[in-house]
Amino acid sequence: MMTPNPPCPRERADINADQRFESGNTRRRWIGIFLGGGLLASFASFIYPVLRYLIPPPVADLGGDEIVASKVAELKPNSAKIFRFGNRPGLLIMNSDGTYRALSATCTHLGCTVQYRSDLRQIWCACHNGIYDLNGRNVSGPPPRPLAVFDVHLRGDEIVVTRKREA
Amino acid sequence: MFATLRNWFDERFDWDDLIAPLRHKTVPTHHLSYWYFLGGITLFLFGIQVATGILLLLYYRPGANEAFESVQYIMTQVRFGWLIRSIHSWSANLMIFTAFAHMFSVLFLKAYRKPRELTWVSGMLLLFLVMGFGFSGYLLPWNTLAFFATKVGTEITGQVPIMGKPMMIFLRGGEEVTGATLTRFFGFHVAVLPGLATVLLLLHLLLVQRLGISVPPKVEVQWTANPSAKREMTFFPNFLLREMMAWYVALGVLGVLAAVFPWNLGVKADPFVPAPAGIKPEWYFLFMFQTLKLIPSKVWFIDGEVLGVLAFGLVGLLWLMLPFFESDQPSNMKRWITGLAVFVLAYVAGMSVYGHFAK
Repeated sequence: MMTPNPPCPRERADINADQRFESGNTRRRWIGIFLGGGLLASFASFIYPVLRYLIPPPVADLGGDEIVASKVAELKPNSAKIFRFGNRPGLLIMNSDGTYRALSATCTHLGCTVQYRSDLRQIWCACHNGIYDLNGRNVSGPPPRPLAVFDVHLRGDEIVVTRKREA
Repeated sequence: MFATLRNWFDERFDWDDLIAPLRHKTVPTHHLSYWYFLGGITLFLFGIQVATGILLLLYYRPGANEAFESVQYIMTQVRFGWLIRSIHSWSANLMIFTAFAHMFSVLFLKAYRKPRELTWVSGMLLLFLVMGFGFSGYLLPWNTLAFFATKVGTEITGQVPIMGKPMMIFLRGGEEVTGATLTRFFGFHVAVLPGLATVLLLLHLLLVQRLGISVPPKVEVQWTANPSAKREMTFFPNFLLREMMAWYVALGVLGVLAAVFPWNLGVKADPFVPAPAGIKPEWYFLFMFQTLKLIPSKVWFIDGEVLGVLAFGLVGLLWLMLPFFESDQPSNMKRWITGLAVFVLAYVAGMSVYGHFAK
């Protein structure tokens, strides 16, 4: 026996179902946002320590501002030696006239360690043929900047190098 | 965007066909299903070990003069270094625990029986490897405890007749435990063992994938008698999502343990100081250590140590072969294997507790 459903209740049921679906959908969305947000936040808390860990801690420069670069007897005129200045190398040159000169030995181009050429009386970087004069000025080749110059003075038989004070 | 990428791969590698088995993979659902999580948790912890191990390699320096200092540097200078190292140590211990638990669960659920004999064998080999990881990694911080544990551990290897002495010298890189031992153990820990473990792990997973998940015999008998009682869930995504929840919990436990109980570094090893009192190996070697201590120095005409080492070797070998003694009929399981498993579990647990409290 076929009896048509009365239209009204049927429609109401559909509306109810729609409303239920709507409200269920927003609830589901909120739950999704909270769950996803919580998960993301916790992943951020896992990743953060790892990222911080990857960055190495700064190494303290234990060199200070002053160092004994050499003994007077160690250098002959027109020669040079490399000395440690903190974590970096420095170049101590004894000129032919007996005066001293100290500069940073790190080439300003790509960071190689430079050397004194007694034949040229210039400072030479072997990596890319950069040349500096004895005042540290970049005179030829790729170096973009002069070498830093240090102060030199004698204390008894020791040659003491100090960083120049910022003027 | 995602669909385009997916099509690109599908066109070239027949991606859908490749992952088809994963789609069909199901996991049996019954009251013991929870035990299926243990292997996955072990795998997850192995992943944590790989990740944190690589992170530690960024700062660790092997060598008797540098190892201890570099770990100290990691723990005091590097930001969150203490956390990374603690997680590595805790995760190692948890992984060994879950690997053992996985092994015993497979044993009690009889998942090792035909056709899964080789899954069991590869799993047992992985368990031995994991213990090798523990033993070699323990020495790397080069502290007093590690130094003497390695001395004793390698000395025990030396007790094996004929093969023992050359093996000990091979492990130590000489007659004594020195910086040469540290170099070797470092190599084993970060290159040899990871390589072997990766191959075995892939084999193990391939076998699990190929053979499907085992159903315990009692459940299998019920399901055969009444096929309508059979319950399954799809592996992807239903089981995997549950497994990932377990991983998340494991990660939480790990984080809490590492943060609340950071791992100690101890005192730098010095070969010329006496061993400290109450020195013991890590807990997972304790049952063997304690057994060796209890065996008298002479049994009949054999050295007690030699007897103990040989006995453990033999038991290990039999354990590896266990599936081959089992019946392939789910209704006719060998009761003595279950009995043996209960006994071994009780023995290992009992001896470990005894070893922990013994003076």
